[in-house]
Amino acid sequence: MMTNIQKIMIKGTRDGLTLHLDDQCSFPSILKELEHKLSINGVAEEDQPMIRVTIQLGNRYLTEEQKEQLIAVIRDKQQLVVDHIESNVITRQEALEWKENTAITPIVKTVRSGQVIKVRGDLLVIGDVNPGGQVVASGNVFVMGKLRGVAHAGNDGDTQAVVAASYMQPTQLRIGEHVSRSPDAGAEGVYMECAYVEVSQENILIDRLQEIVKKRPDLASFERRMSNG
Amino acid sequence: MGEAIVITSGKGGVGKTTTTANLGTALALQNKKVCLIDTDIGLRNLDVVMGLENRIIYDIVDVVKGRCKTKQALITDKRFDCLHLLPAAQTSDKSEVTPEGIKAIVDELKQDYDYIVIDCPAGIEQGYKNAVAGADKAIVVTTPEKSSVRDADRIIGLLEQEEIESPKLVINRIRNHMIKSGEMLDVDEIVSVLSIDLIGIVIDDDAVIKGANSGEPVAMKPNSKASIAYRNIARRILGEAVPLQKLDEDDGVLAKVKRFFGMRT
Ligand SMILES: Nc1ncnc2c1ncn2[C@@H]1O[C@H](COP(=O)(O)OP(=O)(O)O)[C@@H](O)[C@H]1O
Ligand SMILES: [Mg+2]
Repeated sequence: MMTNIQKIMIKGTRDGLTLHLDDQCSFPSILKELEHKLSINGVAEEDQPMIRVTIQLGNRYLTEEQKEQLIAVIRDKQQLVVDHIESNVITRQEALEWKENTAITPIVKTVRSGQVIKVRGDLLVIGDVNPGGQVVASGNVFVMGKLRGVAHAGNDGDTQAVVAASYMQPTQLRIGEHVSRSPDAGAEGVYMECAYVEVSQENILIDRLQEIVKKRPDLASFERRMSNG
Repeated sequence: MGEAIVITSGKGGVGKTTTTANLGTALALQNKKVCLIDTDIGLRNLDVVMGLENRIIYDIVDVVKGRCKTKQALITDKRFDCLHLLPAAQTSDKSEVTPEGIKAIVDELKQDYDYIVIDCPAGIEQGYKNAVAGADKAIVVTTPEKSSVRDADRIIGLLEQEEIESPKLVINRIRNHMIKSGEMLDVDEIVSVLSIDLIGIVIDDDAVIKGANSGEPVAMKPNSKASIAYRNIARRILGEAVPLQKLDEDDGVLAKVKRFFGMRT
């Protein structure tokens, strides 16, 4: 009979427990079995360290609500804490968002005073950004021209994002929620530089473009940009 | 069928009206049929600069409202039979005319004239929209000041959204000694930021102000530097390749070397 098949497999790893949940049966039956299983196994003393649990959903899709339910069941067992939930599937919506967040949008024009260019993902400006112009991206901002206006990278809060320009003389730079402005008097621009947030210093630094390879080795990687959103 | 050129800038007081008057006069000097239109309603002064204020009977609002025919409102210049002015209204409000209304007038005038030169009010609102409607080309005027260049940039951005040829740039009121001492933006810097073609540079010249006060545009004067600059702009509009006036006499060896290698100087 079907009921004999294990709906939940528990594996111990170096980092804690991994629960493999069967992806064919109904969600309520999973919850039920989980509760059952954990109540048998979960007998341990109060002062034991917390055990981190990873949940593998296989080809099952869970809504946020369902995830909450799952976490709630596990949380009831005091030594267990859900580290993360993994699934092989995502919704169309999420896929589209991923795509947007990982895209690089090229803009071929001079961004002039009063104009705002705003994209999801990375922005590549082929042209100048003039004083009074503004370029905004949820990912990185690259300007193959003179950046003299305002650039905002990681406007959804991604402080890993960077702003790079062939010529850097911005009125203002923003990365995540960090802001830095140009000096008040006669700042000369610099060629081929890149701005990023130094985590330890909590502010925006500007360095030679070549240096960014060391600071952000995964700058171009799909995974980094995928987690932007 | 003529073409309509709008003279605009964003910022006020940079020389739109002066450029319109002098460009019109310089084109008339070249025997072109020219009609100037003042769209600065409520603040008209192209008629004053042209010395024609006392001849006004009807104005552009009368034409738009159908109170007179377009031809009835046109004033003939004192100096040239081929140069006419359609004055702005002084007592009405900008909201009395619409872009469509102005476009209809411009289209009608294009049948009879070689060039329609439209003087645009300052700003980027209604008045600007009225002035730009119907224009085929645009000239953006700026002075070598940061705020003026900023506004010019804004206007160029707006013009790029219109069905108009890429605008041309006039840099007005250049003061050589201030550029040399680094107190003013230089021509290259301005052109590099705005990245549109330069069609003329005009120095700051007392003769311009004298001309405006006496109602005789400086372009009528044979020798003043500003006059030559305006006439050169007219010639460039007519398609002649006229080199830019030298701001100062010695060009420097470096500039020549750069030119030799085909680099931008
Ligand atoms: N090249 C110039 N040299 C000296 N004065 C100038 C020059 N161009 C314009 N002016 C003066 O500057 C003032 C503003 O010019 P105007 O053409 O009325 O500007 P706008 O139409 O853009 O508001 C006027 O008094 C005019 O005489
Ligand atoms: Mg004016």
